[in-house]
Amino acid sequence: MFQFLGGIHPNDGKSLSGDAAIETMPLAKELVVPLSQHIGAPCKALVKAGDTVKKGQLIGDHEAFMNAKVHSPTSGKVTKIEMRPHSGQNEAMAIVIEPDGLDEWADGLPTERDFNAMTKDEIVAAIGNAGIVGMGGATFPAHIKLTPKKNIDTLIINGAECEPYLTADDRLMREESARIVEGTKILAKMLETEKTVIAMEDNKQEAFDAIKKAATGTDIEVVKLPTRYPQGAEKMLIYVITGREVPAGGLPMDVACVVQNVGTAAAVADAVTRGIPLIERVTTVTGEAIANPKNLRVRIGTTYKDAIDFCGGFKEQPSKVIAGGPMMGFAQHNLNVPIMKGSSGILALTKELTAHEKERPCIRCGRCVDACPMGLVPSMLSIYGERGNFKGARDEYGVMNCIECGSCTYVCPAKRNIVQYIRHTKSELRRIMAEEKAKAEAKGGDK
Amino acid sequence: MENNENTTLKSNDADTSAKPTDAANAAKTVDKSKSQSDAPPLLTISTSPHIRDNINIQGIMLTVIVAITPAIVHGIINFGMNAFINLAVGAISAVLAEYIWQKAMGQKVTISDGSACLTGLLLAMSISPLLPAYMVAIGSAIAIIVAKQSMGGLGFNIFNPAHIGRAALMVSWPVAMTTWTAMPGVDAVTGATPLNVLKMEGYEKVVEMFGGQEMMYLKMLFGQQNGCIGETSSLLILLGGLYLIWKKIIKWHIPAVMIATVALITWVFGPDGLFTGDPLFHTLAGGLMLGAFFMATDMVTAPMTVKGQVIFAAGAGAITALIRLVGGYPEGVCYSILLMNSLTPLIDRVTKPRIFGIGGKNK
Repeated sequence: MFQFLGGIHPNDGKSLSGDAAIETMPLAKELVVPLSQHIGAPCKALVKAGDTVKKGQLIGDHEAFMNAKVHSPTSGKVTKIEMRPHSGQNEAMAIVIEPDGLDEWADGLPTERDFNAMTKDEIVAAIGNAGIVGMGGATFPAHIKLTPKKNIDTLIINGAECEPYLTADDRLMREESARIVEGTKILAKMLETEKTVIAMEDNKQEAFDAIKKAATGTDIEVVKLPTRYPQGAEKMLIYVITGREVPAGGLPMDVACVVQNVGTAAAVADAVTRGIPLIERVTTVTGEAIANPKNLRVRIGTTYKDAIDFCGGFKEQPSKVIAGGPMMGFAQHNLNVPIMKGSSGILALTKELTAHEKERPCIRCGRCVDACPMGLVPSMLSIYGERGNFKGARDEYGVMNCIECGSCTYVCPAKRNIVQYIRHTKSELRRIMAEEKAKAEAKGGDK
Repeated sequence: MENNENTTLKSNDADTSAKPTDAANAAKTVDKSKSQSDAPPLLTISTSPHIRDNINIQGIMLTVIVAITPAIVHGIINFGMNAFINLAVGAISAVLAEYIWQKAMGQKVTISDGSACLTGLLLAMSISPLLPAYMVAIGSAIAIIVAKQSMGGLGFNIFNPAHIGRAALMVSWPVAMTTWTAMPGVDAVTGATPLNVLKMEGYEKVVEMFGGQEMMYLKMLFGQQNGCIGETSSLLILLGGLYLIWKKIIKWHIPAVMIATVALITWVFGPDGLFTGDPLFHTLAGGLMLGAFFMATDMVTAPMTVKGQVIFAAGAGAITALIRLVGGYPEGVCYSILLMNSLTPLIDRVTKPRIFGIGGKNK
């Protein structure tokens, strides 16, 4: 095993919800299913207001390559198709469904299948038809990630869950290890890997034991990694397990690896062996402001508000509600955003934890340099970003390699919003590059 | 966390609205029109990360002040009222200078971060207890106004402010800066520091002055020697330095490499030919311990990476040894650190860490 550079040990907050077994949340009165739950073009609605839908019925699709199908999470009536709040963008088109309470499956679902009898193409089709995306939060369509153009020798199932506070993957591994191992076997068979690893941090001993037990008699290696954020970042995890560095600007397949989240593996098992599309997931509702933090099995489309209410509501006024974990999650201003395929957690933090001091100039202490897992100099990136030297940040300090894990900003004693400067720099660079390209093309056209 | 490159893409939507200047802690009112009656009225939005470590600038400065306290107390006990007055004047005038400057310039007053106080204390620690208090005040003012604030304040200064203050005093009042007290209880040691005696009369004379080599080491370790207010007890400075390392405020590399370099060079180029020097004497003498643990490690003016820090410290150690052995001054810690400070930006440029995924060897 290898050790990645830098990293931090934030207060993990996992004890709030770590002991709560997965609880199935009853159907909400209204489900809001966004047509954009993945990276890529938003789906087009296949139903219209007034239609009746069944559980698992395909309701959104798109012909684009980067696509993940959307299915109805329950049976009921489509009341509206309209713009609704969305946790990743401000608003997005969503199909609003009023459940009829019967929770009836669509025709032919679920169907038992033996994956050993299926061809590779059939498995890929099953995963694609189930609309599975990376459930760790990245939401990259799984069937595309699983059909790389390069040879793959290593499959890594990511149970690191290094984000503080989140415990959904931990509980899933403890309670549903069989599904995860089944999904892992399917993926390993499909990718024809030499090495298959399920990895988690060593703060999840029970999950390790459960997976280890479930994987007995298989070729799957189950490994415990020393707890350190951002262990679960794809590049870090690949390096720790294989010693290979994903090249700058490259993808895991460039080093013959595929990484999938444990939740994704479980969803793959459901999709391939039972034909069940991705219509529910386990998500953690936690934080100091939540009355009873829980790990919920919840239908896609359940709003944050309903999920939080099911957990007893707020016991004190939250200052921030975050989609995902505290290190890389997105702060929300509207609790009517729905839980989606990539929603690993809902985190409500109190003012104490989120009131930060005012930013000061960099004192060059070098803590960020020590914390950066990518070998960057975040202090200089923040200074260049602040002063608008975007190209300098790219050419001299490699800003484009930043994975925005937030370690630098976490440790900064001057409380600088380093990641924010970096994001600003990156988006400005994209704009500048697009402009330059347009200019060059215009010039070429004149001749 | 599964797909770094994708997370990056996704974050853009949130970014466009997040200009670094205003979004940091900007609160946004929840849109009331969308049935939010029982939702929290006000949620803060900002980009990740949403949690921060507890450490801040004030915490760092206070920890350093705690670390130098034993040496300061020892200096006051050793040298009495003079030392106390100089320390107090040094600290107060530094804080006052920063306050007046920032008020005059219409800037936010930042004296509460403790950095000015620390500068004043470090300056006072590295001067003679006999220096008139007004000179200390001028030194502090130069340290803060010339070396720190005129460069842009904390974080922007190129040179260690305390050492600039000391260097300014050294060229302005060289006699006052090298007038030493007679140590109570140590009869032989009057009017000169061990390094002075070494420079003027040679190593044997130093040993003789202390009454034997072993006595010399012990007295230098426990602070029964002549010198600057906060530099005499190497042991207490070492303790303070170890405390800072334990608290993870500094790394061990700068002090270790700087001291080792001085020890090595002074041992190799001894008074009676190669390998006849006394490295232990040079380690314990003068301002090396204070300089190595508290001045060279000043984060603003030292390189950020370990590799850079090693180069920086080796350079500072080499220049210190050079000045002590062949230079005109008996002591060179202050100038050596200032010279290396000027190289810090260059060192930082050439010792950037290797970016993950570029030029690495895959296993």
